[in-house]
Amino acid sequence: MSEFFGVILISLFQLLLVLATGPLVNGIIKKTKARFQRRRGASVLQPYFDLAKLFRKEVVVPFVASWLFRITPYLVFASTLVIALLVPTVATPVPLHWMGDIITVIYLFALGRFFVALVGLDTGGAFGGLGSSREMSIASIIEPAMMLAIFTVAVTAGSTNLSVIVGRLTSSPASMLNPAHLLAFSGLFIVTLAETGRVPVDNPATHLELTMIHEAMILEYSGRYLALIEWASQMKLIVFLALLSNMFFPLYMATTWSPWALLIGSAAFFGKIIVLAVVVAVVESTNAKLRLFRVPELLMVAFILSLLALILYFIIGA
Amino acid sequence: MSRDVFERVVKNFGFIAAFVSSLAGCILALSILLYGEPLHVDLLYTRHFGMMSIHADRLSALFLGTISLLAAAVSVYSLGYATEFLGRRNLGLLVFLYNAFLLSMVSVVVAGHTVLFVFVWEAMSLTTYFLINYDHEDPASRRAAFLYVVMTHIGTALLVVMFMLLYSFTGAFGFESLKSAGPRIPAFERSLIFLCAAIGFGVKAGIIPFHIWLPEAHPAAPSNISALMSGVMIKTGIYGMVRVFFDFLGPDIPQWWGVLILVLAVASSVLGVLYALMEHDLKRLLAFHSIENIGIILMGVGAALLFSSLGNNALAALALIAGLYHVLNHAMFKGLLFLGAGSVLHGTHSRNIEELGGLIEKMPWTSFFFLIGAVAISGLPPLNGFVSEWLTFQALLLGFHISDLVVKIAVPLTVALLALTGALAAACFVKAFGITFLGLPRSDRAMHARESSPTMIAAMASLAIACAVFGLAPGLVVSVLDPIASSLLGTNLSGQVSLNGGMLLVPDSTSTSISPPVLTGLLMAIIAVPLVGAFLLGGRLRTRAAMTWACGLPKIEPRMQYSATGFSKPIRMIFSNIYRATHEIEISEETSPYFRASITYELKTESVFLKHIYEPAYNIIVTSARMFRRIQTGHLQSYLAYIFITLVLLLLFAR
Repeated sequence: MSEFFGVILISLFQLLLVLATGPLVNGIIKKTKARFQRRRGASVLQPYFDLAKLFRKEVVVPFVASWLFRITPYLVFASTLVIALLVPTVATPVPLHWMGDIITVIYLFALGRFFVALVGLDTGGAFGGLGSSREMSIASIIEPAMMLAIFTVAVTAGSTNLSVIVGRLTSSPASMLNPAHLLAFSGLFIVTLAETGRVPVDNPATHLELTMIHEAMILEYSGRYLALIEWASQMKLIVFLALLSNMFFPLYMATTWSPWALLIGSAAFFGKIIVLAVVVAVVESTNAKLRLFRVPELLMVAFILSLLALILYFIIGA
Repeated sequence: MSRDVFERVVKNFGFIAAFVSSLAGCILALSILLYGEPLHVDLLYTRHFGMMSIHADRLSALFLGTISLLAAAVSVYSLGYATEFLGRRNLGLLVFLYNAFLLSMVSVVVAGHTVLFVFVWEAMSLTTYFLINYDHEDPASRRAAFLYVVMTHIGTALLVVMFMLLYSFTGAFGFESLKSAGPRIPAFERSLIFLCAAIGFGVKAGIIPFHIWLPEAHPAAPSNISALMSGVMIKTGIYGMVRVFFDFLGPDIPQWWGVLILVLAVASSVLGVLYALMEHDLKRLLAFHSIENIGIILMGVGAALLFSSLGNNALAALALIAGLYHVLNHAMFKGLLFLGAGSVLHGTHSRNIEELGGLIEKMPWTSFFFLIGAVAISGLPPLNGFVSEWLTFQALLLGFHISDLVVKIAVPLTVALLALTGALAAACFVKAFGITFLGLPRSDRAMHARESSPTMIAAMASLAIACAVFGLAPGLVVSVLDPIASSLLGTNLSGQVSLNGGMLLVPDSTSTSISPPVLTGLLMAIIAVPLVGAFLLGGRLRTRAAMTWACGLPKIEPRMQYSATGFSKPIRMIFSNIYRATHEIEISEETSPYFRASITYELKTESVFLKHIYEPAYNIIVTSARMFRRIQTGHLQSYLAYIFITLVLLLLFAR
């Protein structure tokens, strides 16, 4: 029985961690970008205030919208939370790791995207369709690059189970510096930028018709629904940063759920996430957004990096 | 009795009979699958061919069960759908052909004798020919039916050659005596048999480049027939391949077989979905997705051949199970989607999605079940498409550890392209569902759509439930498929995959698992978090209805919405090398360029296969026929002269 409560407790901890850090990391990225533009920028806590405000506001629902418009925010939010239970953050293995592997994580994100893209078409406006079309097209070319990067990591570990992948790496830290590993990391980093809608693929800070992708799909959302969608995409970023840091560099990760190990694990996790967030902000500040039809070239680079990683793994070995 | 009443009675009797016999088929298939005792019935003894018999083992039972399950749902659907033709067409003919089609399809998968197999295979092809031609007043239907009958006979010809080759080396007609005949046949002839089977069955399965009949034939047939053709008939091709490759020609097969099948599989899946993205005809779109899914099935089969040729039968079993699982899944969700498309056609009389939109209001049930089918075919959790694609990924991933250069090249590319296929399929179904069912109606037809009859909805509901069940209980399905793989490959998965409580493990020293039931339960439970959390943070939900933002114009209009063509534009740009699209824009202006009277836009994509394979082949045939026409003068005297010359030549050379 105590084991059962342990599972619930740890799962709740995982959920709260991802829920709580999502807006923070978003605030950090915004702050860093502001500094690059020589602005002071809003407080790193601003995203929390935004969410709180949005939750209290009234929701405007278009006449055209169907029931899909109403359920999608909840569905997207819930599926992101389920993913949060599968991805090791501060400690490994996560108790529910047998429920789904990395492929499940990718496909659960795809489920959320599927519904958000449908909502883009649901409102009957011109922008929604524009966003859905672009989002689904880019997602299609992200997928092969992402799968290949993950494939490299998975064959090294002999499993697609995230906790097993991370566990393998914590027990043999030397393989973190394997060139194949590093190449796969860079491939997945590009994929992360594309998947979470960051510059140079999409710009989360703009509502300009010519360039917006994700923002165009959710243009008709407001109030509580918008808050849920926004929060879910902030958590998606956290999950991807956690994947990047833990699938490749699980340093100082807790391997037991004892308080002391958890403390170190949490500190390490936050350190890594913040470093990665700042890197994302630097990339966003120093690069121009790509023209839509240049994006496939960028993702081709990610694909080639992952392919090279696999070839290297094949030649050198794990 | 008036003719109308009579036709109703015929329709109800015919389809209810089909429903009842399909249920019987399900029970029979289940009993074979569970107890493993093959069904053997001797039909008739012939002097030259020996005893013709029916022999249904586990592999047959899987296909029998799949056919029967879908046929049961489609029969119920047809009760409502066939009222469409009441008074307009000969319903008795439809009912007869429908039942004959079901019978021939079932016979194909249980036939245990070469000659019997060819006979029922041909019966299946001919009944479908007539069914495609059911709407014979439409020239497009006649053309589609003709194309189908030509293509399918090329396939049948090769199958006859294959069976004759098999006979000449084994002296056997019965499937039981052909089992594991491979080692008795010399290598070259064995590969010849393999190629005949791959192309002969491939034409029926609709793999690229033998697919050209499929996107024409499926839309032309009535929708209940399209559901059966796409859901199960093309699977008889897969049945044939598995039967010949693994049962007859295995074990110990050359490596290039698996590679060839994998290449065909990858080409079919990627090109199938890419062509589907360009379609605006709902049924044609679904037809191209059948090509894609056949490709995914063949990825499993091809990988199984490849792994088996390298001696790793356990992995081959896993790959084969993934493929067979997808056979079952595809039958369910594609059947569902075609029934949904039929329902849309029934309610709006349009297949062109550019004319539709907003049907979620008018046809709530159809749209809901179509959405389920769309989620399933896109391979999204928690429905069945996800599980079989996951299994295919796992089989390929584990296969990478086999130390063989070909595998090391083939496997990662297949994985990447399978991922591409899945994502493109999702994009295509966002388009298909979004443009058809969401937004504002784009025409009067869509505006005045009516929901279909309860029988049609019930049929769709049952298939949607099947999609959910096969997605949530993978352990159950795999435990049924495992003995099939072990009977074909000699190894079962015990120790490779353990199944407990719907959980699926693939431990290759380390465990990888998914548990769809727990995942789904958790997803349902966790929806409470945003619901309750939002309430705590913001109180009761207050909503206000308003107009969608119309870019500053006073009113939102249907034509402001994205069109299907517009939706697929980025894909068309990205893959422009494959599509070779050409478009023409015609703008007619009156008085000023700012007031355009009309704009017409025409877009064409080029089919590489038609242009570079079929058109040259057609031209060669026509030119050679013209040459032969010179000696076909029509004069009796010249024909007598030909006979005389032939006789003399025969006397000289064939004494």
